[in-house]
Order: sequence, then C-alpha cells, then structure tokens
Amino acid sequence: MSQTIVIAEIAKGAIHPTTAELITAANALGSAPIVIVPCTDSTIADAAGTIQGISKVIALKSDIFAEYDASGWATAIDAVAPSGIIITSANPQSKDLAARLAARRNISVVQDVVAIEGGNLVSPIYSGKAMQTVSLGGDAAVSVRANIFAASPQGASADVSVVDATGDMATAVEEFLARASTRLDVAEANIIISGGRGMGSPDNFSHLEKIADTIGAAVGASRAAVDTWEPISHAMQVGQTGKTVNPNLYIAVGISGAIQHLAGMRSSKYIVAINKDADAPIFQHADYGIVATWEEALPVLQASLSAMMN
Amino acid sequence: MTNIAVLVKQVPDTNARIVISDDRVDLSAVKMVMSPYDEFAVETALQHREASGGEVTAITVGGASADKVLKDAKAIGVDHIVRIDCDSYLDSNSLQSMISSVINEIGAEVVYCGKAAADTGAGSTGPGIAERLGWASVSNIISATFSDIISVVAPVQGGNARISVSLPAVISCDKGNVKVRKPNVKGIMQAKKAQVDVKSASPSSSSISIVSHSLPPSKPAGKTYEGGAAAAEVAQLLRDEANVI
Repeated sequence: MSQTIVIAEIAKGAIHPTTAELITAANALGSAPIVIVPCTDSTIADAAGTIQGISKVIALKSDIFAEYDASGWATAIDAVAPSGIIITSANPQSKDLAARLAARRNISVVQDVVAIEGGNLVSPIYSGKAMQTVSLGGDAAVSVRANIFAASPQGASADVSVVDATGDMATAVEEFLARASTRLDVAEANIIISGGRGMGSPDNFSHLEKIADTIGAAVGASRAAVDTWEPISHAMQVGQTGKTVNPNLYIAVGISGAIQHLAGMRSSKYIVAINKDADAPIFQHADYGIVATWEEALPVLQASLSAMMN
Repeated sequence: MTNIAVLVKQVPDTNARIVISDDRVDLSAVKMVMSPYDEFAVETALQHREASGGEVTAITVGGASADKVLKDAKAIGVDHIVRIDCDSYLDSNSLQSMISSVINEIGAEVVYCGKAAADTGAGSTGPGIAERLGWASVSNIISATFSDIISVVAPVQGGNARISVSLPAVISCDKGNVKVRKPNVKGIMQAKKAQVDVKSASPSSSSISIVSHSLPPSKPAGKTYEGGAAAAEVAQLLRDEANVI
C-alpha cells in the first residue's frame, strides 16, 4: 500500500470541507493518509484530526502560509511530507501547488481526477469531451475535483503534531484589489445560477441575482453573454475559456449548451436547465429540464425557493 | 534587454468533436490550432519585449506537424522559434524536464505560458518548470506591467491581488483584459520563410502510463417539464430528491 499524503484545503482560515473528500480519495489509492495542514495558526489543524480514515495530522505552521507563494509553499511542504502519493484539491491554487511538488520530486502529476478505478486515475481531457484513464507506476502528485468523492465522516481523534516551517517567498502581494462585484465568485460557490444570451439583456441578470441571494448561489454567465454584454464580466464566465466549475447544483437559464459552455460545467452534480427551445443541447445534460421562457419560470422558481428557505 | 521565452502548444480546435477509436483519442480529422490561452502568453511576452527590449523565443514540443503553431507565433511577432523534437506521449515529468533543459540552453530570464493547454487542461507545465529551474512563478495572471520587476494581477482567495515578481520567473496567463494582436501580411510572409530551430532533449522516464481514453459517461436522461409553472416542482425535487437546497 502506498503512503498517501493529503494537503488540507484551507479557506478563510479554516479547514475546507473538501479535505474530507480528499481523505476518501487517498484511502482509495493507498493507505490512510498523513494530512498536512499549511497554516499560520496551528489550532485550525485540530479540525482535520477528527476526520476518520487518516493516520496523523501535521500542522505545518509558518508566516509564509498567509499568502500563496508557489515556490515557498512547495519548499516548506516538501520538507515534511514523506515520499508517496500527494493529494490536493483541484482548485487553481492547489493544482499549481501539486505541479510544483511533483516537479520538486521528479514525479508525475495527474490533475483534475474525477474517479479512481482499480487504482487507476480518471480525469477529463479536451475539456471533458473525453476521459483519460492512467495507471501510476510510482509516486505522483494528484489533484482531485471537489463534490465527487464522498466526504470521510467525522468521529476520529488522530494525533496532531505541530511543525514550524521555514521558507522564502519568491513573490510578494503588493495590494488586494477590490472586486468589481461583491457577489460570491463562481469558482468558490456550491450553487451557481448562470444566464446566457437567452436572458435578452444584461439588466435581466437581476432576476438571477435575486434567486442567487435567496439560496446563497453565485451568478455565472455563458461566453455568448460575456462577449455580447459589457456589464457581464469575464470573471462570471463558465466554460472552456472561462472557469471550470463543479458545484452541487448548476442552474442554466437561457443557455443553449454549446460545447464551450458544457466543458466548464458538465461535471456539476445536479444540472437544471431552463430554456424556451426544447431542442437546446443543454437539456441532454440536465437532471431537471424546464421548457419555458425565463420570464415564466424564474418568478415561480424564486417564489418556491423563498418559501423553502423561510 | 530581456531574454523572453513563451511556450506554445498545438491542440485540437476547441470546437472540434473528439472521436475515440481503439481506446485512444483519434485526432486525425481534427483541425489543430494554438491553444487559446497561449495566445495571451504570446501577447504578454511581446508587450514585455516592447517595454524592456530584448527578444522573444517561442518554444513548442512535438513532431514536425507542430511547426505550424510556431509559424503562427512568428507571424504575430516573436523573434525565434524552437521545436523540441518529440512525437511520443510524455507525462508531466518528462515534458517539463525537456522544456527546462532548453530554457536553460537558450538562457531565458522569463517564461510565459498559457494557464492551461486546451487538451489536458492540467496547467502543470508553468509551475512545474519554475520548480525545476528554481524560479518564482505566478499562475493565471490577468494583466502585467513591466519594469525591473514584473507586476501582475492574479487571483488569490477572495478576489484579485497585485503581485510583484522578480526575475527569473515563469508566468502563466489567463484571458484577462489583454487584447491579442493579429498577424499582419509582413508577419505572415516572414513566418513562411522562418527556420524552425529543432532541438533534441532526452525525456526522463515516465512513471504514469495511459490505460485508455473514453467518451464521458452519458448522463441518464433527466426529467423534462413543459411550462414555467413546473419550476415549483423542480424546486421541491432539488430539496427532497437531490438534497442540494
């Protein structure tokens, strides 16, 4: 059984729930993992010790973990991680780290894994138009997509040891830039409601925002909408030249389902499509399809969801 | 004067249909193009040259058919074009070791690349070669300005930040607000005549191997409703059946 090492996912100063999914993936690939928690405050690592299926937790404490620096983080983590299969999440920063760690150890990296079948790793290629299955002939770094593996349950009490790390930052954050929008980012959301050109005008995205506010969702857009309407920013774009997302729920409104767009959202757990054209390709990928104009469907959806949330 | 390199990759047109035959992707009938994010990398490299002086070398890895992507880069304005000759499958480890050795050989001080190639979508090459070279790196930048250091805007948790990077460094480029220049007639003519500098590099051994390619599993047919009133039922199902609300 290969040794596995999970790099805990940290968001807003705490262990992100995705970490428990990485632990499930680690157990599928080898033995119960060592979980490394890069942190500035080692107490956050205690939350990793309660997840079942791990061997131990290393709280890797250093000021360098305040801001992401690829070189500094890889150096510090490499120093404490034993050899084995390193597992990270597949958000952009963690993929970057996985690539760095693999290169540091002269081992291969496999990104965006969505299934583990008999020890082999399955990941999407050509933006999800095909799948690739690879076998590992030794140690590797592996990034795993969120919302695919079941979270390993709570209820354990593994040892947490604190290790002070040192490392040099190769880059420096000069300033944080105010976001153009205060809305939740599609890359960080568990629920996304996206609009396409079928919304008719950028002003009509306010109807999507209203639903987003009701259920805590982010608002996304298709490339057609971003290219057509100035107020719809590229940061909202889901698809091959935008963001690849993997939420629990993706609601596509007035989006036909071009390959470009499907590439960025087809692995969402549940997909709802609202489109007036019954032949729109998006319906082939929807768990729940509603053939209707958005003007008919959105007020009903809004009212129903509001009633549920109260 | 800065010695600038930019990595480019030939990939299937992103609108192409992908076909599988004998457990492998069959690209024989597919139009090949420069990976879309690489266009932003080429543009950023050219802007860097305009700001600091110096020369830009575009590098790709592939067989002779990959020369086209280099000619495309030449037509847009790079100075030199280099192909690392290799026609077989390379894992990230082999690929990065070959590219790193050529970067060393040409003496580049900064390397630009796309945030991910449109075929693998992995985004491993930029940070991977930075680690091998012992360089700084920033990934997924959306803009850059150039002086003694490079100042970039890149995503961080919770938003974007302006980040300063000292050379040598590897910088991977997202779409951002960069407007990509198009080749002019003179550029296209020069590209036709340009010689590709073909280099060989020995790949290190690959520790992963491809078992198969397949089409994505088709989703079981969902439920479809007619008319907007059905949104009420769908909302209920999202809560009671899918458990996502």
